[in-house]
Amino acid sequence: MSDPQTLLTTHELTAGYHVGGRSVAIAGPLSVSIQPGRMICLLGPNGSGKSTLMRTLSGLQPALGGTIDILGDRGSSLHNPSRLARKISLVLTDPVRHNNLTVYSLVALGRYPYSGWLGTLSEEDKRIISWAMGMTGIEDYAQRKMGMLSDGERQKVMLSRALAQDTPLMMLDEPTAHLDLPSRIQIMQLLHKLARTTQKGILLSTHELDLALQVADEVWLLQKAGGKLEKGVPEDLVLNGIFETVFDKEGIHFDKETGSFHIHAGSSKKIGLTGEGAAVFWTRRALQREGFGVTSEGLPSIHTDGSTWTLKSLSESRSFTSMAGLLQALRTKSISHEDIH
Amino acid sequence: MMKPARFHKDLSPRSAGNKAWRWVALCTLLILIFFLDIALGPVRIPLKSVLRIILSLPGEDSTGHYIVSQIRIPKACTAVIAGCGLSVSGLQMQTLFRNPLAEPSVLGVTAGASLGVAAIMLGGGSIITLYTIRELGISGSWLITLAGCLGAAVVMLLVIMISRKVRDNMMMLIIGVMVSTATLAIISIWQYFSDAELIKDYLLWTFGSLGGVTGTQLYILGLVTLTGLVLAFLSSKTLDALLLGDNYARSMGVTIHRARVIIICSTSLLAGSITAFCGPIGFVGIAVPQMARSLFSTSSHRILIPACCLIGTGLILLCDLIGQWPGNQTALPINIITALVGAPMVVWIILSKNNLSIYG
Repeated sequence: MSDPQTLLTTHELTAGYHVGGRSVAIAGPLSVSIQPGRMICLLGPNGSGKSTLMRTLSGLQPALGGTIDILGDRGSSLHNPSRLARKISLVLTDPVRHNNLTVYSLVALGRYPYSGWLGTLSEEDKRIISWAMGMTGIEDYAQRKMGMLSDGERQKVMLSRALAQDTPLMMLDEPTAHLDLPSRIQIMQLLHKLARTTQKGILLSTHELDLALQVADEVWLLQKAGGKLEKGVPEDLVLNGIFETVFDKEGIHFDKETGSFHIHAGSSKKIGLTGEGAAVFWTRRALQREGFGVTSEGLPSIHTDGSTWTLKSLSESRSFTSMAGLLQALRTKSISHEDIH
Repeated sequence: MMKPARFHKDLSPRSAGNKAWRWVALCTLLILIFFLDIALGPVRIPLKSVLRIILSLPGEDSTGHYIVSQIRIPKACTAVIAGCGLSVSGLQMQTLFRNPLAEPSVLGVTAGASLGVAAIMLGGGSIITLYTIRELGISGSWLITLAGCLGAAVVMLLVIMISRKVRDNMMMLIIGVMVSTATLAIISIWQYFSDAELIKDYLLWTFGSLGGVTGTQLYILGLVTLTGLVLAFLSSKTLDALLLGDNYARSMGVTIHRARVIIICSTSLLAGSITAFCGPIGFVGIAVPQMARSLFSTSSHRILIPACCLIGTGLILLCDLIGQWPGNQTALPINIITALVGAPMVVWIILSKNNLSIYG
């Protein structure tokens, strides 16, 4: 049913829970596949069933229906944890804050499926552990305790542990949650690089839409619990409007032009904006925040050359040297209401 | 799958070398305390005589010989067994529940063992008292061991079932205390309807004592504890994986269900048998693993289990020494001493929040 290159295939898979003898389908039925060297981002609003789907795909909970095929294993052979442990490694949201655990010994736990009955590490194991720590750049704090690390460092350790498990598939549940922006970008870039260099199939769920659009080879989009899963190359999903329909909510607008989300106050005030460079981008942002609908022409209008802003209305023309001055002028009554229509 | 081709420097800790002195120091200290425990007691026997008796040299008077070989050495051996068993069962429970305050007496496992023992002692009516059990010899010892272990296992299962619904560490402890209280209440009801003689016997048992376990009983207790310890050591790799929680452990290839059963068996054997013979001894299971973790600064159970055995043995022997302080004619019950040492330890663990939150 699948070519040998495919790491994971599902057929009409339904993920969900059994509650009191009754099954509640959260996601599916869906047929998807993961290819080696690909980074796939699973996106969707809160409560759309991302975690449930991840848990089902990774074998932590049984599927309600359909089949999963992981490198030729399906059905009951997926219930064998030690077999599965050599195929899928996980990074979960479960907190690991055991403070006596050193970074090295935590990463070494990734060798669990391969190490001896007492957990003794072979030279090969040690080499892979060092490699895994090198990939995420945490060699320097190998002997530090987990309790002494920042959230970002901790996440890199968990990532190294998954790498040390040396599996063709890697699944990560919201690996960038609780991280600051630089760490988020770092982790996403790292995963992208890992997919390319190690030919692993990487599936991660995330809320980082902007980042996912930039680094994902493929996006799986869950609309809502029990809803359909849209999948495709991120750019396709943007251009055919699927992205907008899933994430457009009251007061939030997905901008196809920039691939980012805008908060719009829903005002009908219109203003023209012309100019060049970064100044136009940032001026538009400021105007949108102030509740203006920004168009490319019309009156009143603003022209910017990067250092000065010229505000033209029917009655007057004024120049400003900073955005603050411009915004202040727009807020005060110096421009009459007839001008701003 | 791409294999790391480039040479990577070895980042593994060179722990064996720099921690060896701790093992040596611990062992030396242990041997010292062991001999002190044999040498000191309510009856004063010169150190030289004690040494001669231990080394089976002739020429010592028979009273001294009897006291040392029939009372003090078995008692010290019981202390070693109890120290190993209780601290390792505490360590396993802390990892299983991911809670640094878990241990047999806190989560009601000791109470469960007590219920098992009470069922034999009180339920057997006037025919079976602790004395007669001892007279029964091997079969009686096995009976009381079995009762203790079964009682411990039942409560352990109950607590595990509840723990799957409760995520919060503190809640879990409160539930453990409740289970413990309820179990003890059942024993109280039983006591209420029992003969005064039996109650007295039972009450004496609850004070806890390392003495009186001799001959076959000692062998049985040793054998059961050894089985529990071997089970624990064999699961040390699994226990390491469980530190990251059930989901991670499963993703690394641990069959959670089987791992739980083995850990429950080991813990019940250890806590159940020791409680059956020595009475409920609390707090050792909390204090010792904590000390082992800080002393060896590791979470690896391969190191922690032997470390717990050494430290636990040392602590119990020390408590026993304090209990029978020379010059004091009557020895204080062991669990009073362990409570005096252990209770402040628990408070300290709770106060240093850092310690508690690490288990998530």
